[in-house]
Amino acid sequence: MSTSKVIQVEGLTKMFGDFAAVDAISFEVEKGEIFGFLGANGAGKTTAMKMLIGISNPTSGKATVAGFDVYTQAEDIKKNIGYMSQKFALYDDLTVKENITFFGGIYGLSRKRIKEKSDALIQELELENVASQLVGSLPLGWKQKLSFSVSLIHNPKIVFLDEPTGGVDPITRRQFWEMIYKAANQGTTVFVTTHYMDEAEYCDRVSIMVNGKIEALDTPKKLKDQFKADTMNDVFLKLARG
Amino acid sequence: MKRFIGFIKKEFYHIFRDRRSLFILFGMPIAQILLFGFAITNEINNVDIAILDNSKDATTEEIINKIAASKYFSIKQIVTREADIASVFEKGHVKAVLKFEKDFSKNLIKDHKATIQIITDATDPNTANTITNYVNAILQHYQKELNKDINIAYQIIPQTRMVYNPELKSVYMFVPGVMTIILMLVSAMMTSISITREKELGTMEILLVSPLKPFQVIIGKVIPYIFLSIINAIVIVMLSIFIFNMPVQGSLFLLGLESVLFIITSLALGILISTISATQQTAMMISLMGLMLPVILLSGFIFPISSMPMPLQIISHIIPAKWFIIILKAIMLKGVGLEFIWKETLILLGMTVFFIALSVKKYKIRLE
Repeated sequence: MSTSKVIQVEGLTKMFGDFAAVDAISFEVEKGEIFGFLGANGAGKTTAMKMLIGISNPTSGKATVAGFDVYTQAEDIKKNIGYMSQKFALYDDLTVKENITFFGGIYGLSRKRIKEKSDALIQELELENVASQLVGSLPLGWKQKLSFSVSLIHNPKIVFLDEPTGGVDPITRRQFWEMIYKAANQGTTVFVTTHYMDEAEYCDRVSIMVNGKIEALDTPKKLKDQFKADTMNDVFLKLARG
Repeated sequence: MKRFIGFIKKEFYHIFRDRRSLFILFGMPIAQILLFGFAITNEINNVDIAILDNSKDATTEEIINKIAASKYFSIKQIVTREADIASVFEKGHVKAVLKFEKDFSKNLIKDHKATIQIITDATDPNTANTITNYVNAILQHYQKELNKDINIAYQIIPQTRMVYNPELKSVYMFVPGVMTIILMLVSAMMTSISITREKELGTMEILLVSPLKPFQVIIGKVIPYIFLSIINAIVIVMLSIFIFNMPVQGSLFLLGLESVLFIITSLALGILISTISATQQTAMMISLMGLMLPVILLSGFIFPISSMPMPLQIISHIIPAKWFIIILKAIMLKGVGLEFIWKETLILLGMTVFFIALSVKKYKIRLE
């Protein structure tokens, strides 16, 4: 098993009764890569991601994340990954600082480390003036950026982002992707699902899921060549319409 | 451990920053105990009655004076015609009319027999019953005075003695019930709401992806409520002792232990509710309908279980609150020790283990 592959998936399947939500998917993700995980609603993206982050058991197939097996070493996986869900998931009734301290705490960071991280993070996001305000009072864009930073607080090997830019304005989306690039440059692997096809262009490689199967997987450029399309949007439409 | 303390701290932030939950936690117990203690009572005091005296002689006057002198009744109206009785009731203030027959005194002396009719407003059957009993008691007392010097050959004299609550104070009955309701409400409803809230907000998912184990998450959420419920139990006991002079005959220590047991039972129920409900609304509805109603109706808090129909009596056995109320009454009023309530304690303990096992199982299924 090569160490540069941080996610290895082979024949991973999730059945709900007779219905295969995820149908024998296989792929690998390299260290430091930004891997786009695309698909229409209900294509099985979220289900697949849940198996990888250890909160849903696969029906069959093999998968390792950060070198750990999803069946037997889910606890080790959890220590090595960050996760940001579709829903904004910080506590609205806690202040910016309290949120950072809480999430740092549950990942087992020392008090000193939390203090350092929290100061650095607040400075980086330019939240000095609102650090003691309740998160609920911040605009959505700020919250999303804070949420992303919090998911990186324990320097995970891989960060899973489930439609992180939903409902965010274009400028904030731009800034958000700058943060993703920065994390990738620092060696964090980014596994991201998205609806926005322009965002797919930013990824190193993308996979496109249709009805539980991965129908295409390559760099955006090669996919466009392969499907003779100008944009990722066209690639997606061709695939999704079958 | 440090993770855990951070978690609990966070939980307290949630509680103390939410006015609504603060109110339910601390306002409710105090309001309930005062309400039940002062307002809701089975005793009657100063009930308005009316008199229709067709005789107007010395005896009836004496009886009327006796009734007026008691603290239970105040004579609101003197009715002169039979036909007016209906309209007196219709106005609604007067709860009973006492009707003395014509020639009351004369009949009493001549026939050794005279009648008073007690007409009560039975729209509230409990009050009507109580009024009748009280009037009877006053009349009997008067009769005894009349017969003071006469020796009746065969006499059965009942000597009643009410033990454990000699003054029949209804607050003695309500305190254990209210304490049970409040502990149930705070523990079960508040925890189920706070857990489903995390589900609804999506933070539960984040917590499950973190290295915290699911049971740590649940225990972390539950501990603050154990702590708050204990404070509540103490407040309720203090209020009952100092405001209502409710005695605690048995050991306070045992009372504390049993309360903690019941708190844990309720928390287990709360966790169970949170595993089967997706939203805070559902959790609240299930808690209210599924827990509060049975506690109020079937636990023996207000309605005695022994007079319920058989099927309801059987159902009452599976209501944890019933056993806790028995335990509370035994400790507070009878002053008994564990040797008399070990059976009830064991039942509660068994239920707790069962609920915890069930919710652990449900919780796992959800994660699949």
